[in-house]
Amino acid sequence: MKTAVPKVDNALPASGFKYLLSQLTLTPILCLLVLTGVLIVVLFAPLLAPHPEAAILTDESFSLPDDTMLLGSDFLGRDVLSRLLFGARVTLSVAFAIAIVAFILGCSLGFFAAVKRGWVDSVLSRSVDALISFPAIMVALIVISSLGSSITVLIVTIALIDATRVYRVARALGMDIVVQDYIEAARVRGEKMGWIIWHEMLPNALAPLAAEFGIRFTYAILFISALSFLGLGVQAPQADLGVMVKENMQGLLYETYTPLYPAVCIAIVTLSVNLLVDWFLKTTDAALPDEL
Amino acid sequence: MTLLRLIVQRLLLGVAILFVVSALIFIGTEILPGDVAQAILGQGATPELLENVRIRLGLHDPAPVRYFRWLGNLLSGNLGTSMVSGADIGQLLGERISNTVMLASATALIAVPLAILLGLLSAIKPNSMTDRAISAVSLSLISLPDFLIAIVLVMVFAVKLGWLPAIANLRPGQDFFTVARMLVLPVTVLVFTVLAHMVRMTRTAVINVLSSPATEMAILKGVPRWRLLLVHALPNALAPIANVVALNLAYLISGIVVVETLFNISGLGRLMVESVTTRDIPVVQVCAIIFCAVYVLLNLLADIVAIVSNPRLRYPK
Repeated sequence: MKTAVPKVDNALPASGFKYLLSQLTLTPILCLLVLTGVLIVVLFAPLLAPHPEAAILTDESFSLPDDTMLLGSDFLGRDVLSRLLFGARVTLSVAFAIAIVAFILGCSLGFFAAVKRGWVDSVLSRSVDALISFPAIMVALIVISSLGSSITVLIVTIALIDATRVYRVARALGMDIVVQDYIEAARVRGEKMGWIIWHEMLPNALAPLAAEFGIRFTYAILFISALSFLGLGVQAPQADLGVMVKENMQGLLYETYTPLYPAVCIAIVTLSVNLLVDWFLKTTDAALPDEL
Repeated sequence: MTLLRLIVQRLLLGVAILFVVSALIFIGTEILPGDVAQAILGQGATPELLENVRIRLGLHDPAPVRYFRWLGNLLSGNLGTSMVSGADIGQLLGERISNTVMLASATALIAVPLAILLGLLSAIKPNSMTDRAISAVSLSLISLPDFLIAIVLVMVFAVKLGWLPAIANLRPGQDFFTVARMLVLPVTVLVFTVLAHMVRMTRTAVINVLSSPATEMAILKGVPRWRLLLVHALPNALAPIANVVALNLAYLISGIVVVETLFNISGLGRLMVESVTTRDIPVVQVCAIIFCAVYVLLNLLADIVAIVSNPRLRYPK
């Protein structure tokens, strides 16, 4: 478990935002457009959807697209397009919540360990090691088997799994920053630890952390969709992209594309985020600590 | 004797980790809130019925007692019985384990050499066309959910062309050709899901080695390219590559769970998903322990490969 040679200058330059804008090429612009569209869908799904998500509009399963149902009907005769819009809203907001919780937890503990070192660091790092010695999906399945799969359980469990990775990244970045003179100076000034973490460490680790956030977000999307697909994630009456794939799998035998739509929606979002992160890392020349 | 001692040390560490893992699985499934008796009997159970089940399962004993009883039973090969079907778990596992092992090893046999080859190819000349193409494809593959690849493959090869079966109904007594035909699609999906991560990490590992002073020295000495790669770089990259392969087993495990469900393969992953759905805790515990133990042991193996292949690791700084 080695870390890359410390690259200290991870902060965005003062004119960082302008610099990023000047480096925009076709791919990141497309990704940003897609993600803006997705954000609009997440925020305004109930206004955009032509039908309620649970309304059964026809008794025909997997009916072909027509004027009332632009993408046809699903296995129960519900409008696929409306369900896609509502499903994307659920999947993405759950994934976003997971990424946020994982980040707050992982970053604060990671920086805390980097600043405190000693036994605090040892205890935190060994606990993270213990969690990492499980394959992520096993942790999720074990917890779901005893607590069931409510949205809260899903968010907390996956966030906890994700937080271990964020912790390692934040700790590695923090370790490089803590030895800098400006931290020493802040300590000598008598600043409190919270202040140091918030005002000195966080800004200087912002670029790689932003990239890591994107990666965690896509991971959360894929993880929650996989669980929903297994029937262990978001529960059935609610539309969720993974649930939609699962429900409509039988449609494959009737040569419909219905199960493909939600899967493609997931892929479009995750691919856009990953391409954006890739571009961001290259342009800012920020580096994430090596994969573990 | 340092080498042997280090290996023994690692093995002991592995046993310790397995111990912790088993304890955490036990805690996760039994001590978290949620009454096992209630889970078996459902919401409508009468208090007397609940009490009976609790006594029968020994739920009134303190947790450590239950844990060691459970662990002792596991180690002596008594895996217990399913709460839902009452079947012996050992019997439930038998055939399923061999199906899962078959699926996993076929995937590993294809994915590992392929990933190392592609990783090497893109690391030799970073930023070349080949490298960029491989990077772009692997980045896209990482972004795709496992089931998307599966759906597309099934649509094309099973539904449209009708070349391969859409579900893999593995049963004992099928001849090799039938089994192979059924496994083509699931194994392809799994290879895609693990390949991308492995390629990316192998690339990073080899690039790290190639940028070392030792490699630069070899280049300056005028060592031919193939010799540089195979004799100078590869042995040094072996440790990180072994590590990469072991780490990616986590993706393989989650892939297996999804793929078995998708293709209706009667394997360990599907058994576990079904047991989680029906809250059949004893089966969940056994499946989880098997998956986690394999993961821990193979990571340990990668550690040992690293120690053997890299003398520097034998002498801690």
